[in-house]
Amino acid sequence: MSQNLIADRGSRSTFATKLPQRGLILAVVVLAALVPHMTGDQYYLSVGYQAEMLICLAVGLNIVVGYAGLLDLGFAAFFAIGAYTTAVLSVTYHWTILSTILPGVFISVVCAVIIGLPTLRLRSDYLAVVTLGFGLIIQTIANNMSQFGGPTGIYGIPTLTIGSIVVQSATAFYYVFLVLVIIFVFVSLRLRNSRIGRAWLCIREDEDAAQAMGIKIHHYKMYAYMGGAVMGSVTGALYAPALTAISPPSFGFSESLLILMAVAIGGMGSVWGAILGGAIVVILPEAFRQFSQARFLVFGFVLIIIMMTRPRGLFPEGAFRGTVKRLRARFGDRPARSRPLQ
Amino acid sequence: MELFLNEIGNGLFLGAFFGLIAVGYSMVYGILRLINFAHGDFFMVAAFVSYAILGAVAVGHAHMVWFTVIWVGLLVMFLTGLLAVIANRLIYHPMRRAALLSLMIAALGLSQVLENGVLNIPAWGSAYLTYPVTSPPSGFTLGTTHFTWFQLIIVIISGLLSLGAYLLVSRTLLGKAMRAVSEDRIAAALMGINVDLVIAVVFFIGGALAGAAAVMTGVYYGQINYLMGWTVGLEAFTAAVLGGIGNIGGAVLGGVVLGIAQSVGTGLFGAEWAIVVTFVALVLLLWLRPTGILGERVARRM
Amino acid sequence: MTALLETRNLSLQFGGVNALSDVSLSIEDSALHAIIGPNGAGKTSLFNCLTGYYKPTSGTIEFLGKNITRMSTADVAALGIRRTFQNIRVFPTMTVLENVLAGAHLRASSNLFSIIVGTPGFRRSERELQENAISSLEFVGLGEQASKLAGDLPYGMRKRMELARVLIANPKLVLLDEPAAGVSSVEREELSRVISRIHDNGVSIVLIEHDVELVMEIATDVTVLDNGRLIASGNPHEVRNNPDVIRAYMGRSRK
Repeated sequence: MSQNLIADRGSRSTFATKLPQRGLILAVVVLAALVPHMTGDQYYLSVGYQAEMLICLAVGLNIVVGYAGLLDLGFAAFFAIGAYTTAVLSVTYHWTILSTILPGVFISVVCAVIIGLPTLRLRSDYLAVVTLGFGLIIQTIANNMSQFGGPTGIYGIPTLTIGSIVVQSATAFYYVFLVLVIIFVFVSLRLRNSRIGRAWLCIREDEDAAQAMGIKIHHYKMYAYMGGAVMGSVTGALYAPALTAISPPSFGFSESLLILMAVAIGGMGSVWGAILGGAIVVILPEAFRQFSQARFLVFGFVLIIIMMTRPRGLFPEGAFRGTVKRLRARFGDRPARSRPLQ
Repeated sequence: MELFLNEIGNGLFLGAFFGLIAVGYSMVYGILRLINFAHGDFFMVAAFVSYAILGAVAVGHAHMVWFTVIWVGLLVMFLTGLLAVIANRLIYHPMRRAALLSLMIAALGLSQVLENGVLNIPAWGSAYLTYPVTSPPSGFTLGTTHFTWFQLIIVIISGLLSLGAYLLVSRTLLGKAMRAVSEDRIAAALMGINVDLVIAVVFFIGGALAGAAAVMTGVYYGQINYLMGWTVGLEAFTAAVLGGIGNIGGAVLGGVVLGIAQSVGTGLFGAEWAIVVTFVALVLLLWLRPTGILGERVARRM
Repeated sequence: MTALLETRNLSLQFGGVNALSDVSLSIEDSALHAIIGPNGAGKTSLFNCLTGYYKPTSGTIEFLGKNITRMSTADVAALGIRRTFQNIRVFPTMTVLENVLAGAHLRASSNLFSIIVGTPGFRRSERELQENAISSLEFVGLGEQASKLAGDLPYGMRKRMELARVLIANPKLVLLDEPAAGVSSVEREELSRVISRIHDNGVSIVLIEHDVELVMEIATDVTVLDNGRLIASGNPHEVRNNPDVIRAYMGRSRK
């Protein structure tokens, strides 16, 4: 966020200059938190938390695809690993849900390293196909091994309890995932505004020049991939108790593609884009349920058109910069050096 | 042992299809650095189009069947090539200055459009459709394994087509232009090469080869399905990487190797795990020999 | 005394092409060493070898006595060697400020915990870096451009931004690849001044340039390459009057 606010030399971002941006974010969060009070309808709220889940996944994938520019086509695999680890440990071994999160993350990260180490070292283009394959492998394993319930999956996943709070209703999960979204967005922004985030962007823009800055590109690509793995896994771990039953069809290429579309359409390299994309991808089809068969056909067209017209998505990073400037010009004390919103 | 030979044989034929599709992938990647995810779906669309045409032409007398299949095959090759060229003209060409990532995502979008387009055509849908022409069972025996003449024909035709593509790239002026464009597009343009035309030709050839593979697949397996392109596309790209991307000989070799690996894998572990074999093979390869068996031929820009 | 950077019998071959043949030169500490020569002489290839993008076919490169011949680009950068590129490589969708901050990558805080939590130590380190970045930008005259996107900058400003990006790293040795190429004469004056100032601040510079005037003005040493070979090396006036050099230039020049 700081890059939006350094305007003149020597200026320090004060609380006042960050106010418009922070105010907007706060307003959105408060609004989101109030939704369950506006409607008690469990159906809408379940759509709500599914959207939040997808947003979490999109924020995670945004680190890989948006920040580091790596095409990951098998992100659902980490989601699956998180969900299945939680399911197996909690159902078969009676672990509490919360305690299953870390093992899932661990396995995901190990997988990320195995897949990423040979691939990222070489040609990142291959990552696309390798990650695709990885997604398929995970789904095949889940589908074919009885330890994971085979095609029918695992059911009877116990309830999530956080301390003394029992999380069971759609409303409760709406809040849980809202908190998760906030945490992920927070972490994502922190990473973005540090040397890690800058390194990722450099790698995305120009690997050779990035190396000339002393950036060890292969390490950072690995970090990005691992970061995505962590977020995918944690989301999966909470998905399991939300649905109480999980099965292989939820973790296929279509799901990976959906998450990718959220990032690509919403805006690559921007958490706000990921949020927007996640919301679009979940809420829009719900609004047009009768076209479910043709859903992906429409998505395909939308994807093509958006890639052709706005290759970096609707709100990629930097898209808000013009807005912030104009807001500050309106409410601040300095005339704006105007740059058109790109 | 004979089961093993059988699998190798099957693998070889599988490999023939992979190889033809892999060549298309490889050529497009070599010239544009683009993984055209829709390529496998060109193959699928070709299969369906040939299905429709053959069904409509109502193959009659036995001795006319093969004649019909051949001219339909050539027609489909042409149409698929055309499809590829149109896809490039409408989507990839306008996006030529965009980031590669965006191009690949657009390719994914096209892939979805083609797959779901076919899915949503009422006459077709998600079912496995029976191909109007099936391969005759007559054949010959080598040792204890039985091969059909058709299998031999597939291998020969695939071989000839791949050889044709290879000769085109290595011996003709057009091929030289292709190599120039893939090394340095700007320099090639400055030399007077019509870059857009060259790219269009590459797409056409890739599409045509996929079309040929589609007809042969239809006849050989007797069934087509809207998802057939996606899986095959993945496998073909893996084959291209295995053999060395950008390299036609590599694509063919990779196809054969992968075909055999999959066939053996299916025999050992079951069909479900065939795709797992593919990707484990790919990851292992990337660990051990990243440039592929025959080495890659894509220029490094520095 | 050992030179800052020294190459011995450096050769680089691509297929049948000898980009560099047996090049042995030394860059002294605090020098402003120009490398000149006709196009295709191997100047940028030399830079690419020095910075680890190409691994030479034979020969060695030593920096401060340390063998860096086969070092990776990032490691070479970590040693304090920074470069600009002939065809300017900025990070177009990042702001000018962030581009310069990228140059300071190795100086920035990398502790994951403090980054995520946002400890005072991290905030202080970031603030310092931003101040340094702005100073660097001011040094090259781009103080007003900090929040612009690098991709939106005109050519001449991008060149200067590359310089700022190099400077923030407090490099020991700076390699400038044709900094004056394609700029107007006003910009060229500006660049010449900036480069001199950098040099005056004690930074050693190696400069690839075609602009012989510029070179004669500011260089302390000159090396001439032709067809991958070193044909002369010494102080500017010696080199200018060297018959081999004159032949190399006259033979190719169209004047």
